Amino acid sequence: MALSTKHLLGIKDLQTEDIQLILSTATQFKEVLQRPVKKVPTLRDVTIVNLFYENSTRTRISFELAEKRLSADVVNFTVSSSSAAKGETLLDTVNNILSMKVDMVVMRHSASGAPHYLSKHIDAPIINAGDGINEHPTQALLDAFSMQEQLGKIEGLKVAIIGDIMHSRVALSNIYLLKKMGAEVMVSGPPTLIPTYLQEALGIQVEYNIDKALAWCDVANVLRIQLERQNQPLFSSLREYNLAYGISKARLQKLNKEIVIMHPGPINRGVEMDSDVADGQQSIILDQVENGVAVRMACLYLLTGRTNP
Amino acid sequence: MILISEQQLPSIIKRLSHQILETHPGLDNTVIIGLQPRGVFLSDRIVAALHQELPADQVVYGKLDITFYRDDIRRELHVATQTDLPFSIEGKTVILIDDVLFTGRTIRAALDALMSFGRPSKVKLCVLVDRKPSRELPIQPDFSGKEMDTLTPFKVKVRWKENDGVDDVILLDQ
Repeated sequence: MALSTKHLLGIKDLQTEDIQLILSTATQFKEVLQRPVKKVPTLRDVTIVNLFYENSTRTRISFELAEKRLSADVVNFTVSSSSAAKGETLLDTVNNILSMKVDMVVMRHSASGAPHYLSKHIDAPIINAGDGINEHPTQALLDAFSMQEQLGKIEGLKVAIIGDIMHSRVALSNIYLLKKMGAEVMVSGPPTLIPTYLQEALGIQVEYNIDKALAWCDVANVLRIQLERQNQPLFSSLREYNLAYGISKARLQKLNKEIVIMHPGPINRGVEMDSDVADGQQSIILDQVENGVAVRMACLYLLTGRTNP
Repeated sequence: MILISEQQLPSIIKRLSHQILETHPGLDNTVIIGLQPRGVFLSDRIVAALHQELPADQVVYGKLDITFYRDDIRRELHVATQTDLPFSIEGKTVILIDDVLFTGRTIRAALDALMSFGRPSKVKLCVLVDRKPSRELPIQPDFSGKEMDTLTPFKVKVRWKENDGVDDVILLDQ
């Protein structure tokens, strides 16, 4: 039993069986993380480089913890303190690192498709930790794992992805994954932040009225407004965004049901989500973070089978 | 070829459980741990036999998956199954149960796995079939259902009613 791919570049390339295998393996790793000794010797002869060409807190720490819990040797690379700042190309950097007997690459890059390009030129398995506005597969997997843990299943769930869809790799990976696993997907937010082709291209629903979207869904996955990726203003002010699309306690209380609230972090409190919602009892935001380590352990474990001893 | 028949299996399981009770009276300070996935079929039967002799709360029983402790993951990927050890093994006698003891590598991994749950005072091993001449590590069982004294080219397959439709142990051509 193994994954059908050598790399984890995106959910788009995965089979449904791959996703199921990753989620069931993650369940076992979650149990490992509850033990008195939270470390297993599984990857003790494997060296992994974390190549982060873009800032990250959660994802980088989560990957590093996952690698360490699996007993892998870890090398961290951040672009600000590296030769990339001197103009070395991505492929040169990676080939130099790999020639020092590194077995696997975890990579985040601001250019969409950067890990896909790399995968055509190197032999080591690559895990995409986010590429531009394309995909963030491990985030979608941990979101799915958290939904399954909370609600018992993914198939048939109604999931609303809310906010800055246009600039979000989390949205795209989530949409691919949820469709493959048989959930219903709706995106909601201001029309300026939702690409016009989404509905036809991916077969999902688009709802510009946030209250209708909340009333429809079982799970609301609320995304961060990515101000750093917006070159032109797409809504008038953060305050206005919060009033029109922010998830507030009042909005949730109007519903006649309790929906599950998710957010991939970091949260802009008071913009896309109010503090009393983020910290409220419907929120599973910190469970998502906890599950991230187990899910990444599963991905690393399942891809290591493809490395050469 | 049949190594243990459907008629022989229940008496072997009864014998193994009696040997465990004889050496660990009342299962005091003792826990039973079956190895996932296939050792659990045997441990389920042994635990059922122990329940006939002892009050239920004296039989402490868990299941251990050793996938993440294997030494061959770069050669072959195994699918992990559930570990369920809802009790402490600190200072206890642990009786590990598996179906076939072959190279000894699974038990080596199981000992490693066990230590991440605490420090047992003793670990004992109970298996249904002991393929002694095929051992690659210095590991021996304390209780065994049947010993195979010859180095055979056959694969030993333990079949259980709940999984394979029949209760027996057979030899298969590789």
